[in-house]
Amino acid sequence: MHCKRIIPCLDVREGRVVKGVNFVGLRDAGDPVELAARYDAEGADELVFLDITASHERREIITDLAARCAEQVFIPFTIGGGLASEEDVRAILAAGADKVTMNTAAVKDPGLVRRCAERFGSQCVVVAIDAKRVAGTTAGASPRGEQGAGGEEGPGGKEGAGAAQGADEERRPASRWEVYVHGGRTPTGIDALEWAVRAAELGAGEFMLTSMDRDGTLDGYDLELTRAVARAVDVPVIASGGVGTLEHLAQGLTEGEADAVLAASIFHYGTYSIAEARRFLAARGIPVRPVQDAA
Amino acid sequence: MTAPRLVVVDYGMGNLASVAKALERAGAAVTVSDTPEAVRAAGAVVLPGVGAFRDAAARLDASGLGAAVVERITAGVPFLGVCLGLQLLFESSAEGGRRPGLGVLRGTVERLETGLKVPHIGWNTLEWRPAGAGMAAGLPAPAAVYFVHSYAAVPADRGVVAAVTDYGGPHVAAVARDNVWAVQFHPEKSSAVGLRLLRNFVTVAARGG
Repeated sequence: MHCKRIIPCLDVREGRVVKGVNFVGLRDAGDPVELAARYDAEGADELVFLDITASHERREIITDLAARCAEQVFIPFTIGGGLASEEDVRAILAAGADKVTMNTAAVKDPGLVRRCAERFGSQCVVVAIDAKRVAGTTAGASPRGEQGAGGEEGPGGKEGAGAAQGADEERRPASRWEVYVHGGRTPTGIDALEWAVRAAELGAGEFMLTSMDRDGTLDGYDLELTRAVARAVDVPVIASGGVGTLEHLAQGLTEGEADAVLAASIFHYGTYSIAEARRFLAARGIPVRPVQDAA
Repeated sequence: MTAPRLVVVDYGMGNLASVAKALERAGAAVTVSDTPEAVRAAGAVVLPGVGAFRDAAARLDASGLGAAVVERITAGVPFLGVCLGLQLLFESSAEGGRRPGLGVLRGTVERLETGLKVPHIGWNTLEWRPAGAGMAAGLPAPAAVYFVHSYAAVPADRGVVAAVTDYGGPHVAAVARDNVWAVQFHPEKSSAVGLRLLRNFVTVAARGG
């Protein structure tokens, strides 16, 4: 049974884990390696570390974090943030990371995706896309302020219902999303779906897809965006941005058609444990990794 | 239990730190070495590896490490192959034009035919066969482990199959025969399940096989 994955994301700044709310107003949530080992013990399937300040502050690559993590964490982990060259990627992989994410650097130099895929293998090249809905294109419901305890807030359910029956039409949803870089600060004018398709052709082994509109809101993933990208590419998509409830995780994997769900706040602040998330998804019939709590 | 002198063979294929650290966590005294002499002196041998079969087989040949590994296996020393280290045990691989492997086990390595995305990446559950009893000792059922591979072994002798996994059909996930254990998945990335499997190997190694 091939399993869907639950991935806590640890945003790292100056050696500490933080979680931004819409990328501002950071809060400190602990030591990254200690947290990572705890997530491994709790049954997280993978981990992602993002150095969220790196891409605009040109921080040094966090190889030290990779090396320390490799000593204590025995699940796959991914490191991203500010990687600009093949040499950056090589150093992080050599330090013990299993994969890297590239975002701004890949948009600036798409050849970097191809070169890294050829040299290190597609399986360790994750292209991160920060996408924001383009104003004026058909927007899904965005029930801000509603309690997200599992309501039927499917963006696809509203505007998509009529036109969405044909798979071909849904491949090209009426909504459009723009790629942002530099930690979500800089619009590029690039269409997110077109970028995903191109990056996959270049050798991206996986996509980490973050909805800028939802990130930090706890309103749930942008399911229409997630599904659109999942259908456009032939590699796994990790849904990211906006998780507030376990229902949101389930939605990302079912309606969003993602292969993995990424979340930060709900795990970091103990709203839900990884085990609770796993049991919730399993109860919905979603294939997740069987983990014995006292292994 | 005394920690066995366990040598992780470094033949230039991928990062070995994770495998070495996981074996240490499992109780082994680990030496990472790239010399045939160290392999010949080892109380247990671990052959990891990520990358292309062709390059790996060529490096094992050129360095003399391949011959040393086969020598130790023949001498009955506990052996663990991981990922490419499993595939290299077989006679040849379809990857890169039928390059011969170490030929410790009869059979070939073939590209995954799944109808699904290849490589097969992620967590998948194991279904154990009788040959896998030693490896599986103390593991939960079902046990899930982490895979990253595009090719899989097709043993001539089905009796060596220790475990299979289902990914668009059954594929060999582990093989075992006498002192030889090998896994297609990554125990060093398979959390508590992987560490327990490594501990089973370290325990066998401590007994001298």
